[in-house]
Amino acid sequence: MRYIPNTDADREQMLSAIGRFSMEELFSDIPQLVKDRFQPLGISSKSELEVRTKLASLTQKNAAASALSFLGGGIYDHYIPSVVQHITSRSEFYTAYTPYQPELSQGTLTAMFEFQTLICELTGMEVANSSMYDGATALAEAAMMAARVTGNRKIAVSLALFAHYRRVLDTYCWASGIEIVDIPTVDYRCDFSHVPSDVGGVIVQSPNAFGVIEDLADVKEAIGNALMIVAVNPVSLSILTPPGEFGADIVTSEGQPFGLPPSFGGPLLGLFATRKAYLRQMPGRLVGQTVDADGKVGYTMAAQTREQHIRRQKATSNICTNAQLCALTATVYLASLGGDGLRDLAMLNLEKAHYMAQQLSDLPGCSLLCDAPFFNEFVLRVPVDPKRIRDGLRVEEILVDDPAQMEALGVTEALRFAVTEKRSKEELDRTVDLVGRML
Amino acid sequence: MRTIFDYRKRNGTGGILPELDVPAKKTTDLIPQDLIRQDKPRIPNLSEPEVVRHYTALSKLNYGVDDGLYPLGSCTMKYNPKVNEDVAHLPGFASIHPAVDPELAQGSLSVVHKMSRLLCGITGMADVTLQPAAGAHGEITGMFLLKRYFEARGETQRTRILLPDSAHGTNPASAATAGFSVTEIRSGADGLVDLNALSGELDETVAGVMLTVPNTLGIFEENIMKITAMVHATGGLCYFDGANLNAFLGHARPGDMGADVFHFNLHKTMSAPHGGGGPGSGPVAVSEALVPFLPVPRVRLDRGRYYLDWEKGQSIGSMHSFYGNFGVFLKAYTYILTLGDEGLYEAGENAVLNANYLQERLKKTYRLPYDRLCKHEFVLTGKGIADGISTLDIAKRLIDYGFHPPTIYFPLIVHEALMIEPTETESRETLDRFAEALEKIASEAQENPDLLHNAPHTAPVRRLDQTRAARNPILTYPFGD
Repeated sequence: MRYIPNTDADREQMLSAIGRFSMEELFSDIPQLVKDRFQPLGISSKSELEVRTKLASLTQKNAAASALSFLGGGIYDHYIPSVVQHITSRSEFYTAYTPYQPELSQGTLTAMFEFQTLICELTGMEVANSSMYDGATALAEAAMMAARVTGNRKIAVSLALFAHYRRVLDTYCWASGIEIVDIPTVDYRCDFSHVPSDVGGVIVQSPNAFGVIEDLADVKEAIGNALMIVAVNPVSLSILTPPGEFGADIVTSEGQPFGLPPSFGGPLLGLFATRKAYLRQMPGRLVGQTVDADGKVGYTMAAQTREQHIRRQKATSNICTNAQLCALTATVYLASLGGDGLRDLAMLNLEKAHYMAQQLSDLPGCSLLCDAPFFNEFVLRVPVDPKRIRDGLRVEEILVDDPAQMEALGVTEALRFAVTEKRSKEELDRTVDLVGRML
Repeated sequence: MRTIFDYRKRNGTGGILPELDVPAKKTTDLIPQDLIRQDKPRIPNLSEPEVVRHYTALSKLNYGVDDGLYPLGSCTMKYNPKVNEDVAHLPGFASIHPAVDPELAQGSLSVVHKMSRLLCGITGMADVTLQPAAGAHGEITGMFLLKRYFEARGETQRTRILLPDSAHGTNPASAATAGFSVTEIRSGADGLVDLNALSGELDETVAGVMLTVPNTLGIFEENIMKITAMVHATGGLCYFDGANLNAFLGHARPGDMGADVFHFNLHKTMSAPHGGGGPGSGPVAVSEALVPFLPVPRVRLDRGRYYLDWEKGQSIGSMHSFYGNFGVFLKAYTYILTLGDEGLYEAGENAVLNANYLQERLKKTYRLPYDRLCKHEFVLTGKGIADGISTLDIAKRLIDYGFHPPTIYFPLIVHEALMIEPTETESRETLDRFAEALEKIASEAQENPDLLHNAPHTAPVRRLDQTRAARNPILTYPFGD
């Protein structure tokens, strides 16, 4: 096997060095019954060429690969600069592990310190961890943290949450004994007057599942001592007022738009930021600045006393790692675009989405779901069965969300479109034209 | 270390994104003024060569498996085959959106389905979920499954999890997340679970036992069949932490030992890279009794077409935004197809041979508290090497010899522990050089202890002050303006 360097002669000599006569002896501690029951998979080894050919052939069965995408709902089709993969493919980064030995991990640690700073700059928060599994689990961890901080195991959750956020939140809250109360929407925005006064946290998503930017200005005041938790679209943050300025206590996000391919939904990148006051209660790995024996600045893992390997069952979370390589990807992506490039990116998304929304809502019988502000995603009401439009577009290799997503949120005869910088005017016009012909 | 914020550049060069091609509007015509951000985030605008040089320089301060031996115990830092990376980067996989119509993603869905079947085969268990994004995520998935199982049976008094003191460090926190309380079970002098201690705790309040097989001493639980039978006899379930699967890969299956839940660490056993601390992939395999509780959606096959089954039934719900870390388990899938049965067998065999070879040699210099046949790893102690020398000193000195140190101070049941896992992808020459370095360090500890106290000497930084980072956390760049 080409990944094993030792030859048969090496193995013989090694066996004799440890005083064993056969390889079988090395497994003499496994009960015979277990060995007798063993069944192989029934597959033989394959050459690199064969494996590669086989897997490449599977991509031919992914018809979506060549299509034009207006899919969104948390995962977006953004352009990834070439620099990103070239850097993240450096094996000094991707073949390392958790920086237990900081003296050999200054690359990873410095990049994570940058990452934490970038996330704080974007969200307007004071402290960010070095990432979590995905946006959904980051939000679930936020709910658990709110319960921990307030000692109150009841949480109010906006009904305008992405379905996958809510699914994961439901699972974690059930398992950790947190009760969820729904916050209804009025005109597709969260109605905070319906938040009960006895909750430990309030979860709102902005832009929400309808694409609508929530009005967060008066939330903090309305919810009293409960923690204000906001799930955001990270790309929107360079032009929208960050949640920190509205008094948010925790900000979470799906970080995939920052340079990660959709990759069928994983690996993703959970972003998690909070206030310094909650540092000891927050989940996830943190990197801090320190000095070495010569007084030279360096980086190391910090505030580890919250973590599972030290705190055991009293840890703030059972999480041991982060989504390090994905966080590095986001860091390089953000550094490549720079502050100005990020603003351009957000503006391209905003302008193109509004252009398309305007063109679509000008079609006969079509209108936007509501006139609330949106970023790069919006919902269009259509006068026909939306599945017909979706299927019609699919024939033309254009992808839009399943209308069932909107139906689950109580909105029928509607389609959600996400528009990123990758969609050209010509593509937008052609899609609008095709929709028009299906009405 | 210089950060990107030290460049302080104000003007970007742009050019990555195209100019706007739709009629431009005033921002305030699109979104109300009060929603528009007033300040600019302090993110510098660097040119492409600056970005590339900055991160290339950072990469050189790192040490990865491609640089050399990385013998972190229980982390299985084996070589990460390059073809795995190339497959995961294929645009036909990477570009697929998770919410796409399943008809248009049959290739990706077939990977999910086939990978599940392979992992069932490797464990000898009934079914698998690929949703968990890491080992610890697999652990809480498993704990949630236990919780739901006992809820469904009306046995909600089962609120305790028994944990041997030789189990993995994450296990207690995982059990607690699901609302279980943890009772520790001590190990006997032989490093195995003390059966009397176990038996004394087993009753109708126990939901299950979380076992690490082989345990963190690298010792196979020889009484595993007795243990699982004892737990089952009192109505509890057996959770196996699969981080150490490399120890019996291709030789034995947890399903045949009585496991009810088994979590994989595909980034360990199946060669997907660790990425500096993720993303990983922690699939969970279950016995027949737990199948109805697995997360949704399930990927199923019907007359040659793969589809997503969202029927919740008794399921715990969803554990991940979508279907798990597809890009990571795709690498593991590539690895399993490459190895086949023969390769999996060889991997397990050579992992154990390498560990025993190194153990045999090093126990002559360092104390080996549990001296017996080990599996994929073993635990030495740095105690007794020289007065005033700690395991930390030994570990830091190893850096000067060009090796990544082993896991240190874990497991807790060995004082001053050095937990060493070489994996099968290291050559005998490398193991010899590593042993030689540790032997030299033991002499240095006697002759010139300051050499160890002040180590490392050759790393990009000297020993870092971790206490300072804990006491006075500086977690973001100090802009100072």
